[in-house]
Amino acid sequence: MPDHAILVSDLVVRYGALTAVDGLSFDAPAGAITAVLGPNGAGKTTTIEVLEGFRRPDGGQVKVLGLDPWTDHRDLVRRVGVMPQDGGVHRGIRVAEAVQLYAAFHRDPLDPDTLVDRVGLSARRTSPWRTLSGGEQQRLSLALALVGRPELVFLDEPTAGVDVAGRRIVHDLVRGLRSDGTTVVCTTHDLAEAESLADHLVIVDHGRVVAAGSPSEISGQAGPPELRFGGPPDLDVAELAVHLDAPVTETTPGEYLVARDPDPATVARLTAWLAARDLPLADLRAGRQRLEDVFLRLTHSDDGDEAPER
Amino acid sequence: MKPLVAQTRIELALTLRNGEQLLLTLVIPVMVLGFFGLVDVLPVPDGVADPLDYLAPGVLALALLSTAFTSLAIATGFDRQYGVLKRLGATPLGRWRLLAAKTLTVLVVMVLQSAVLVAVAVGLGWRPALDLPPILGGVVLATVAFAGLGLLMAGTLPGLVTLAAANGVYVGLLLFGDLVIPHDSLPGAVADVASLLPTAALAQLLRAGFDGGTDAGAGPWLVLLTWAVVAPVAAARCFRWD
Repeated sequence: MPDHAILVSDLVVRYGALTAVDGLSFDAPAGAITAVLGPNGAGKTTTIEVLEGFRRPDGGQVKVLGLDPWTDHRDLVRRVGVMPQDGGVHRGIRVAEAVQLYAAFHRDPLDPDTLVDRVGLSARRTSPWRTLSGGEQQRLSLALALVGRPELVFLDEPTAGVDVAGRRIVHDLVRGLRSDGTTVVCTTHDLAEAESLADHLVIVDHGRVVAAGSPSEISGQAGPPELRFGGPPDLDVAELAVHLDAPVTETTPGEYLVARDPDPATVARLTAWLAARDLPLADLRAGRQRLEDVFLRLTHSDDGDEAPER
Repeated sequence: MKPLVAQTRIELALTLRNGEQLLLTLVIPVMVLGFFGLVDVLPVPDGVADPLDYLAPGVLALALLSTAFTSLAIATGFDRQYGVLKRLGATPLGRWRLLAAKTLTVLVVMVLQSAVLVAVAVGLGWRPALDLPPILGGVVLATVAFAGLGLLMAGTLPGLVTLAAANGVYVGLLLFGDLVIPHDSLPGAVADVASLLPTAALAQLLRAGFDGGTDAGAGPWLVLLTWAVVAPVAAARCFRWD
């Protein structure tokens, strides 16, 4: 197997006058989990659809498992599993039926019954898709992507609409895939999920890659350490700034950023200042920025406070 | 073979399990045949001795229309809207086996509904004299034409629009397609246009075939052949998978 399951260089995709993907390049290492992150409309799904062979690129080079996803589509579909964002499952098909159907498409599939158990749908075997909850639909959809023992799996928003318990099942399955040597490429809005799950992150905005690397590499690009805390809104930041000898800003109501190295003495002075005024401390974070902060800075340079759309 | 068999089985199960589809493909044709076979209210065209000789082939043609056109269009339209077609396109099943599975499903349902309808008609006293060439030729051409029209609709319109339009066409052809209302009861100009409809041509061929081989003439063959070429070509050119 090559070192990289996916190679994308200078990919361009246009929809009429709109350029959805604009010279995008990245690699996905074989046998690892790569998460593609970005705000809505960044070009994530379009890129994944090119890799899946649904869409012909307008420019650039794409290799998936060493093949061209457009011209070698027939060979590639045997080796790749796809979980689309919208499910793509017939409303009336039952859980066990769907998994058996997709198993029949492949030469050496997983055992459908065992797979239904593994995605936590044993009690729903005879339930039609339309009666499943959002999380159950996602887990069935994931099972359909996995049943053919793919070498590479594309997951488009695999945990969208999945509850906490379902999310754990999905995460365990995805980690299990990695232990079996399967390459996983997923898109997600959930930065905490990407940070805990992925070995490799690709952050996309306006059809281009704005950052790529391991979660710690990307968080390391975040700039100097800082101190953030939560408290009541409308604190007197000017007075606090004098007390701490550092600029203090209220980033959103009740969320504060202190721009200085968060040494224990500074933290002590902050808590003392709050205690003297009998103010509560909602949370306290010292050190490097989280992925979310980096993400927001990279994808919303015009407005650092705006949250990504969900 | 295995993917095709599996896909055909699931298409068939989903069709037979779907109440609205069964209403369209079986219940309505049986009701039309039973009601108008027992209650003498429909006009009978000149030269037809037993009203069933007109009605039974017309209802068989209606049944084929319901399966090869209406039911196929609605099911495929929603498959497309919900991304089912797209997802299946990313599996080793592939598009051609998916089309083959849908064709086989249509054929199986047509055999089932024909068996039921012929049994009901014979129970009502229908005594046809068989001449197979116009029957088989008509059924094959009409199936291709109907399926072409259904896929043209499903592949270009949103699911709900396809649902409404396919049902509308079904009712329109029920009234104007020479299926249960004879064309000589329609105003002359309307009847002339309506004789170009594929159901009218199919019904004429079936009536000739079940009447021991009366000559239907070249007209219905020509009409049906034209539909059977134009509709699938248009569908193949315009069909969008997502």
